[in-house]
Amino acid sequence: MNVSYRWLKSLAPALKESAAELAERLTYTAVPVDDVVWLGENLAELVVGHVLQVDKHPSADRLVICQVDIGRDEPVRVVTGAPVVVEGGYYPYVGAGQALPGGQLIKKVKLRGESSDGMLCSERELGIGRDAAGIMLLHGEFTPGQPLLEALELDDYRLDVDVTANRPDLLGHWGIARELAPGGEADLRLPDFSGHVRAEYALERVATEGKTAGVTVRIEDPEGCPRYLGAVIRGVTVGPSPEWLANRLRAIGQQPINNVVDATNYVLHELNQPLHAFDLATLAGPAVVIRRASTGETLRTLDGKERDLEPEMLVIADAELPTAMAGLMGGEETEVTEQTRDLFLECAYFDPKRVRRAAKGLALDTDASYRFQRGIDPDGLPRAMQRLIDLILTLAGGAVDGTPIDVNPKPARRRTVSLRLQRVVHLLGVELESDTIRGCLEPIGFEVREGKGDALDVEVPAWRPDVEREVDLIEEVARRHGYDKFPDAMQDFRPTTLRDDSYADLSHRLRDALIGAGFLEAKTNPFAPAGEGDVRLLNPLSEREDHLRRDLLTGLVHRVEYNFARGQKDVRLFEIGTAFSAAEGPTPAESIRVAAAWTGQRTPSHWAGSDEEWDVWDLKWLLATLAGQAAPGAEVRPVDPQADSGSLELALAVIAPDGRTLGWGGRLPAQSVEAPRWAGAVWGLEVELVVVPRQAVAYAALPVYPAVERDLALLVKKSVLAVELGTVIREAAPASLECLTVFDVYEGESLPADTRSVAWRLRFRAPDRTLTDDEVDGAVTQITSALQEKLNVGIRGA
Amino acid sequence: MQDFLSSLRELEDSGCAAINAASAPEELERVRIEYLGRKARLTQILRSVGELPQAERRSAGAEANRVKSRLQELLDARAEELSATTGMLEVEVDLTLPGRPRWPGARHPCTLVTDEVCGIFRELGFVRARGPEAETTWYNFTALNTPLDHPAADEQDTFYLADDMVLRTHTSPVQARVMERAEPPVRIVVPGVVYRRDPFDASHAPAFEQIEGLAVDEGISFVDFKASISYFVHRFFGEDTATRFRPSFFPFTEPSAEVDVSCLLCHGDGCSACKGTGWIEIMGAGMVDPAVFDNVGYDSERYTGFAFGMGVGRIAMLRYRIPDIRLLYESDVRFLEQFGRA
Repeated sequence: MNVSYRWLKSLAPALKESAAELAERLTYTAVPVDDVVWLGENLAELVVGHVLQVDKHPSADRLVICQVDIGRDEPVRVVTGAPVVVEGGYYPYVGAGQALPGGQLIKKVKLRGESSDGMLCSERELGIGRDAAGIMLLHGEFTPGQPLLEALELDDYRLDVDVTANRPDLLGHWGIARELAPGGEADLRLPDFSGHVRAEYALERVATEGKTAGVTVRIEDPEGCPRYLGAVIRGVTVGPSPEWLANRLRAIGQQPINNVVDATNYVLHELNQPLHAFDLATLAGPAVVIRRASTGETLRTLDGKERDLEPEMLVIADAELPTAMAGLMGGEETEVTEQTRDLFLECAYFDPKRVRRAAKGLALDTDASYRFQRGIDPDGLPRAMQRLIDLILTLAGGAVDGTPIDVNPKPARRRTVSLRLQRVVHLLGVELESDTIRGCLEPIGFEVREGKGDALDVEVPAWRPDVEREVDLIEEVARRHGYDKFPDAMQDFRPTTLRDDSYADLSHRLRDALIGAGFLEAKTNPFAPAGEGDVRLLNPLSEREDHLRRDLLTGLVHRVEYNFARGQKDVRLFEIGTAFSAAEGPTPAESIRVAAAWTGQRTPSHWAGSDEEWDVWDLKWLLATLAGQAAPGAEVRPVDPQADSGSLELALAVIAPDGRTLGWGGRLPAQSVEAPRWAGAVWGLEVELVVVPRQAVAYAALPVYPAVERDLALLVKKSVLAVELGTVIREAAPASLECLTVFDVYEGESLPADTRSVAWRLRFRAPDRTLTDDEVDGAVTQITSALQEKLNVGIRGA
Repeated sequence: MQDFLSSLRELEDSGCAAINAASAPEELERVRIEYLGRKARLTQILRSVGELPQAERRSAGAEANRVKSRLQELLDARAEELSATTGMLEVEVDLTLPGRPRWPGARHPCTLVTDEVCGIFRELGFVRARGPEAETTWYNFTALNTPLDHPAADEQDTFYLADDMVLRTHTSPVQARVMERAEPPVRIVVPGVVYRRDPFDASHAPAFEQIEGLAVDEGISFVDFKASISYFVHRFFGEDTATRFRPSFFPFTEPSAEVDVSCLLCHGDGCSACKGTGWIEIMGAGMVDPAVFDNVGYDSERYTGFAFGMGVGRIAMLRYRIPDIRLLYESDVRFLEQFGRA
């Protein structure tokens, strides 16, 4: 919400601080001020020019030559192409050699042979409005040469206040002034307007229906509209607002429209009461009925849109049709125009929830709906109505007809909330005297009385719908007292009953492993196209990515592609994150995964080495290492290409002891990766995290006796797998076989077709003695005969 | 005898010269073979000692052996010299050449921040907790005292999966989930991904990391709250960083506060990073609203507590001076590699 510093001070003359100081104080006691802008920025050199005479340009139809009095002995000459320049009018003037707020330097020029000393400016050029069509005619009395800053009251600051959703009372200048004035509400007054006309009347209160000046006013839906004030003014002249009012509105970023509309806007921003003026002549009946819309009814609103109404929506109707969306926007047909003579004025309280639902349903956000949704001051209606009537009478003339009416079916009572001093200490940790508490609450309208025991009974003003409970009052006390006044000394604390999250710990260990292997942690987009996810979003940001990812690897591969597109040949990415899959019921199943995607060289190029690319054995090691952490007990196995039509080549799977697949890895098929020609193969893996209690490590005694090694080069059919050989060797070997590794695999011309040589190194050791050669030879013989017998394997070279 | 001795001396001299002249171990080896090998002259001379008269044999033999030992000594000494020279050649390897490199690995900047924040709060007795990213509207809004028909629910533009199922807009639902299943004292930090329906731009991402904190026990007050947050700020941003608490509004805390720290770049003088204010907003926080306790079945008269939440990406951007949040999610290796040093 935009706040004018001058406006604030006009309501609270006791405010002496600068705009910046007020902004600081508001920020640290109530709501933040995001920015403070001086409106006179770069306007210091501009003055008011009085156009004395307008002559046609001798050689250009579209140009005129003006004699402009700027307070010097001689008038200056201005050649302008503005469509209308009024003789006797006052305009903003900028002379040659000076600059406009945007920085544009004005030069002395000749236009079709006629020289011009300066220019007359539009609102847009001054940076104070949107109107760029014509030069800005000032309304009112001015002195030629008067600084424009002073004339337009632009020696002002605009405070950009970020009013939080709990503080609707701060959505007007009055509320902010009340919050800031040292004496609070008591320091405030509503100043008279220039030429103030005061309407004298006493509101007539009725329950649900009454008449004012012949207009029937009826509330048919008291739940949606608990209170409605109506007044009739006849004989107004609709026209432009005087400069002081236009200035006020411009200062808070609002565009002046006409005196009646500007008056409602002014009171809205002053007293936080949305108001509406109808052209009385357009109201059938004449009647004003606050009711639910009927099915099938429509309304063309002020923004020119045809709205379909629903029974849930509250409307203001005349005797026949809806004329306004209650609390949202008026209708086009009943809008006040320059021809309007008689007005019906509305000042009402609409139910926040109803306005909110309608605003959501129609996707219509207005200054009015914003305030009604948050809750305005129901007790403030009569004052706002008086202010509006006074202002319209002052600006547009006319007179109040009849007695303004206050339809108020069930006047609301103010809430009283009990505040225990003990509870204040309990929550805030500091003992506060009851006088201190009163000093915090009373200025902003709370009435504090002594209650039972140590409690205070606090009556809550109607403009504070957010204060309902004791804790709400404690917050008021804390912030008004000043958060900075509370100490921040560390107190004792007890340990929690909870245990640290095992997944966080496991993720940490996985990151260590991957970072040690040279991988970079990425965070990728969790949104995916339909083909890459099972769980659909009802309101995605983009229709293309309207699902949640079902795996992490796909997204990581996209990021590899992104790096390819930036010329990066060597990419190693990993991510630990959540994958989503559809489940029974609306709650999707989530699993935490670790995934990695990589391509290029295994190590950076080095002058003494060769540039080798990552291969399947790197994949297998990494997959097994990660699976060992993420899914203890799981086994890494080749995927049977026949059984699995999967999307990876050289695919490996991580299989849990219960047979569940917990992960996979392999090479991405070339056609599935968008890669430049120079790119290498892309490898990928993904493993689900399974938290199991960590196995305690038990130390094994270090060996005392020497080991004996034997190498066995086995000549085998290619169809015989290494895992089968290893199994037979282990089964046939005595307990003294300590370690078994493959140290060489050879295929080549020197070997019979369809065979290969797999060389194993066997290390034997006994815990209690030195093995003899005979023992070991015996063991090897046992193994070779088992191999011969079970797999028909011979010893190479034997 | 004279012939014998003179040829022996001659041999000795030329041998010595040859040994000294040898400039490489191979050359020295050739000299050794020439002078001391099986077919060497000295060997022949030694064999010829037997042909000398009996009386001269002893002294001739001794002399020949002396020459042999001398040459052997010289050879050994020279061999040592030469190998020392060879050693010097090894020292002359150009060690300015680069070492054999490995790829640098790195944590994501958001992880670095998360780990550090969690670490600091663990010093204060907090443990890490976790919750689902797809949440019910009950946990995401209602349990946290945010009625869906209140404007406060608008401030977080929400992704819906079903009428009552959303992608969590904050990590706060974990507060309610944890309190439902555990008795106080509760002290948790909750890192996690949250979702807001904001289009990707320089300062917004539709999915981003957040850290939530919650402490609940008997007797926790606003003073404890301020103390814990100030402790964190000093540990994370530095002892000379000032902290300011100012009023704010969150439906699930009351009193609510926004926490500002003195600008990390200008230290309060005002710069572009802090928009000239000297202060930077880092977290939303406050005392847990009693309505939240009521919703999870805690006795709100007995228990009090504080909660906080902060955007990890925002803190990472401040700390590492990252100008655009999209850099965090593009996964450009040239960006990520920079955090291997962090």
